[in-house]
Amino acid sequence: MTEQQNTGGTVKKFLYINRRAPHGSNYAQEGLEVALIGAAFEQDVAMAYIDDGVFQLKRDQDTSAIGSKNFSATFRALGDYDVRKVYVERESLESRGIGEEDLMPLVYEDEDDDWEEKPLVSVVSAAEMRDIIDQADVILNF
Amino acid sequence: MKFAVLVNEGPYTHQASDTAYHFVHAALGQGHEVTRVFFYHDGVNNGTRLTTPPQDDRNVVERWSELAGEHDLDLVVCVAAAQRRGIVDADEQKRNGKDGNNLAEGFRISGLGQLIEAGIQADRLVSFGD
Repeated sequence: MTEQQNTGGTVKKFLYINRRAPHGSNYAQEGLEVALIGAAFEQDVAMAYIDDGVFQLKRDQDTSAIGSKNFSATFRALGDYDVRKVYVERESLESRGIGEEDLMPLVYEDEDDDWEEKPLVSVVSAAEMRDIIDQADVILNF
Repeated sequence: MKFAVLVNEGPYTHQASDTAYHFVHAALGQGHEVTRVFFYHDGVNNGTRLTTPPQDDRNVVERWSELAGEHDLDLVVCVAAAQRRGIVDADEQKRNGKDGNNLAEGFRISGLGQLIEAGIQADRLVSFGD
């Protein structure tokens, strides 16, 4: 990708904040697309899921009844694209009655540990999420 | 300061595009640099020259084009978002076999990498959306 030549080796902390449900608007799908493209730029990429955004990670999504594209399988690519930080806000899960076991079991292969599959999702408190947001250099809010 | 701007909403339905315009206009007026304005999601609809608002209303699209002409501003429309929503330049028209194109003057169509690059290069990336 020629665009990478223009970034001068700078590595910034990119944080993609996802606040909307996966269907009903296109924000979730296009938010995921930009995060995957961004991962190719060798930046420090983290994903955050807050409010209705936590629905994006629910397992067993089925969009056949609404006729829209079920892009949820694409989340599995995050680990392959070297994204290692996926933060989900605990309070958002709890207020929606979603348990951690209801989320997709996203994993990455740890190259430093014999390519063992490790969980990608960290459930964090709202206070921890505030710190994560505070420490980011570039925030994209979808 | 070097700003990059992200516009995520289309014209007329949402305030975001107007506010982004006023922000860019003010930043340039204060002597700041705006390295790129990137249009994503429905924001790509800010780039169609076929927009025809009533005469007593602002022309959001023309306003961007004029600002680009005055300040050599880089207005970039995301290709993937544009294809979904029917925003087409001459190259895209040819590539996808369409019967017309509608990209307004001063805009160009390019990839999402341009947004990431803008975020890396600018001191601040400012997002306008809902």
